[in-house]
Amino acid sequence: MKHTGVMLAVVAFASAATAAEIAPQDVVFEGGAVAGSLTGVPGDPASGRKIFLNRKKGNCLACHANADLADQPFHGEVGPPLDGVADRLSEAEIRGILVNSKMTFEDTIMPAFYRDEGFNRPLEKFKGKTILTAQEVEDVVAYLLTLGE
Amino acid sequence: MRTVTTLLAASALLLGAGAAVADDHDRIEIDGVVLTLRAPAPAYLENMDEVMSGWLFRSEETQALQLDDFDNPAFVFLDQAMDDWSRVEGSEGKSCASCHEDLSGFAGLKTVLPRVVDGGLQTMEDIINAERVNRMGAEPLKYDSAAMNRMVALIGLQSRGMPMNVAVDGDAAPFWEQGRELYYTRVGQLDMACANCHEDNYGNMIRADRLSQGQINGFPVYRLKNAKLNSVHGRFKGCMKNIRATPYKPGSEEFKALELYVASRGNGLSVETPSVRN
Repeated sequence: MKHTGVMLAVVAFASAATAAEIAPQDVVFEGGAVAGSLTGVPGDPASGRKIFLNRKKGNCLACHANADLADQPFHGEVGPPLDGVADRLSEAEIRGILVNSKMTFEDTIMPAFYRDEGFNRPLEKFKGKTILTAQEVEDVVAYLLTLGE
Repeated sequence: MRTVTTLLAASALLLGAGAAVADDHDRIEIDGVVLTLRAPAPAYLENMDEVMSGWLFRSEETQALQLDDFDNPAFVFLDQAMDDWSRVEGSEGKSCASCHEDLSGFAGLKTVLPRVVDGGLQTMEDIINAERVNRMGAEPLKYDSAAMNRMVALIGLQSRGMPMNVAVDGDAAPFWEQGRELYYTRVGQLDMACANCHEDNYGNMIRADRLSQGQINGFPVYRLKNAKLNSVHGRFKGCMKNIRATPYKPGSEEFKALELYVASRGNGLSVETPSVRN
């Protein structure tokens, strides 16, 4: 009986967290920037660093060089290096570029990491899905904010 | 067979350890045939001045494999295609060799494909299958299969060194326009068009890979990645899946139109079939 009570409490907590999350289509842009957290839960920079590297998640290193990951081979050259990005961009600007970079740079090659509709011929298994979850976006924002001079 | 020129040896040194775009030469020689690696961009390419062979974007080690047909792993498959060439199949008791005395009669064919025949685009695969069905009474080969890709490569090889020269106007115009539209249309969850990588970013590294112009003058291509001959449509399919898009089918009208358009972006480059890439 006690066990069931704990389970219920966990479920209730999980639903509350989901409710606080901003859905992709509800994200509010000011220019290209997104001021508020997508989840209300502070981002974890250590997790963000892993997502930055993970080829099936952010895969940011594929296009952006980053001296903080100097131990990793093969940094990309397609986008600008991200060294010192925290000094150049605000948290809101970074979040906006991650959510949908085309709101900042109209013709960019960079994918929108928190958008789940409006794609042309998406593979079935990615249909209606975002590349990153809201919390993963917040984690990457937190990580990028550590990249100051 | 070993005909690497001193020019090439010198440039290989300049390329150094990593992959680099070789800016310093525009030709290679394979088996006595000179291949043009750079050409002025055709007038209809609005955003580029020069078209460049994918060979220029590869590492020194990968480049070397294509310079000698003994080293080029694609020739294992071409040997198999030679066996296919003289094998009797179908109800008519014929092989390819029964009607075609000499493979060299196909010199130039690849340079003009795809082309319009009877109101539709015709690829090398279409020609091979039409011959199999209509003259040999044999089953058609599956588009983008090992047997098809090696025969496409064997016939393509007969044009090695000749400049690509597909027609883009006249009755080809609507197909070319369709291909151009596909080239610039963003697809998939990653929302990218061919042009984002192969026009806007060629020469740049995307992680461990250096982006090329996506030229197809060397197709079918032997890829070190999968150790087999890869067709044009197979590569298009792979690219689309990489950007999380639902690919068109090999042999589809969409891919044939895209093949025509991409081939036209390489008009002026030599046929390199069979090329070697990573």
